[in-house]
Amino acid sequence: MNADTLINFAYIVASILFILGLKMLGRQASARRGNLLSALGMLIALVVTLLDRQVVNFTWIVIGLSVGAVIGVVCARVVKMTSMPEMVALLNGFGGLASLLVGWAEYGKIRAYGWDRYLAEFTGNPVFTSTVIFLAVLIGGLTFTGSLYAFAKLAAWVSGKPVIFRGQHVINGLLVLLILAGGAVAILASDPAIVLAGFTTYLVLSLVLGWTFVMPIGGGDMPVVISLLNSLSGLAACAAGFVISNNVLIVAGCLVGTSGVILSIIMCKAMNRSLLNVLFSGFGASAAVSEGGDGAVQGELKPISPEDAFAVLEAARQVVIIPGYGMAVSQAQHQVRELADLLEQNGAEVRFAIHPVAGRMPGHMNVLLAEASVPYEQLVEMDTINPMMPTMDVAIVIGANDVVNPAAARDKASPIYGMPIINAHEARTVICLKRGKGAGFSGIENQLFLLPNSRMLYGDAKSTLQSVVSEFKSISG
Amino acid sequence: MDLMLLFFIFTLAAFLGFELIAKVPSQLHTPLMSGSNAISGITIVGAIIAAGTDDNSWLTTVLGTGAVILATINVVGGYLVTDRMLGMFKKKIVAKKEDRA
Repeated sequence: MNADTLINFAYIVASILFILGLKMLGRQASARRGNLLSALGMLIALVVTLLDRQVVNFTWIVIGLSVGAVIGVVCARVVKMTSMPEMVALLNGFGGLASLLVGWAEYGKIRAYGWDRYLAEFTGNPVFTSTVIFLAVLIGGLTFTGSLYAFAKLAAWVSGKPVIFRGQHVINGLLVLLILAGGAVAILASDPAIVLAGFTTYLVLSLVLGWTFVMPIGGGDMPVVISLLNSLSGLAACAAGFVISNNVLIVAGCLVGTSGVILSIIMCKAMNRSLLNVLFSGFGASAAVSEGGDGAVQGELKPISPEDAFAVLEAARQVVIIPGYGMAVSQAQHQVRELADLLEQNGAEVRFAIHPVAGRMPGHMNVLLAEASVPYEQLVEMDTINPMMPTMDVAIVIGANDVVNPAAARDKASPIYGMPIINAHEARTVICLKRGKGAGFSGIENQLFLLPNSRMLYGDAKSTLQSVVSEFKSISG
Repeated sequence: MDLMLLFFIFTLAAFLGFELIAKVPSQLHTPLMSGSNAISGITIVGAIIAAGTDDNSWLTTVLGTGAVILATINVVGGYLVTDRMLGMFKKKIVAKKEDRA
């Protein structure tokens, strides 16, 4: 068996491990083993690639692997669970940039070797190879700057508000046209200088496009954006796989690409919006205009003190906790868990109701509550909790806003009309923990807060919860 | 390898990807995303080939080495972070069982 056969055989094994790993990641009981299997697949693919006959110089590979591994381990260790969306965005961006560099390096080789020698190594013809290099650089570049911008928004380095300006779509459209033109020149021209000009054009503009593409998308729509960028990083790897005619890159990249699309669609459905609407509407910037529509509820905000909140909770038998992004911001998950434990000791039944798009990435709330050791049997999904909501004595809304806004069901003028919500307003009493009086991500006043059965508990969620918890402890202790 | 064969593989993998993720409980969305994100680091294979080629061009070496570093961060960081998250899910079941015992 020669080295090529061995390598390809190992790539098949790696692909199988990726497929099994992804499948097992979809079930709670097998998820962790699934991740390990997929990591094993990666290790196999990596090791056999070192046997490739084109790989003759190991110095830089070893340096690259060591530097990357150290950085990767440190990142994975020190990152806080509340910062997980930023972390995923950043890692994703690195993957995209890596694919871009691979495409660029292959282009460099073609320039150095000439086509004849290059095509002796890889399958294809000049037009095909140039096209897939174009795709790898374009998608990789988009993914890189798009993910970096998403990272900056999530880490609050820049405002999470959508950035909208006149003629934005025109500029993005022009960028796309210029990139396509640069690509066409690089693919079809034969003069190396002209090819280089085309290549440079699309390389630079792809990076610009990633930036301007994420610009008009607001912080609250990040679950969709992150899963979409994740999908793109897979497709970039896939394009790189076509460049060097490598099966394992094509299979793994494609699996990631399509599974990411599915996840994005799930997120969009949870908001009752189309993918196009999320990407291009600049949602949340212009929303304030439609305020005061037909179904607007008149009322006032009724503040409540932690002591009074405690009194309400002490008498409650059925409690549902509805967390949102605010819980992540104030890192209150441990206090939330403590309160839930005390309520249970007090004889109440406590559930956590999780909206599919609560937070800034898919499943964000689940991860935070898991970190605080909330048993996942206690977490219920939106469709399960809603029919039970009228029997709930108290609903505690912690830093969630649009996902509990009854305007989504009632007010046709509301920008979030039609979005499925958790019906917190149907509970006997609603206690809303909120930092201040501002509106939510969508920019609209939440009608829930104005209802007669709502009470506002203002302040940082972590410290207000702490006060409620100490009230409980002073009674029992 | 024949180009058509590569397209064939691509198409089958695309359908497989759609099928695999069809029904995943929402609490696993984050680990699924970061786990598949780690898989997209497979571009490391291309990076290694680029960095290891001896074509006496400093540009290819620089680009290849950069790609290896970035892809390795993606792979190592992605898998470890996913494992860390899933570990928390797991810890809970154990804790729950101990509570009952």
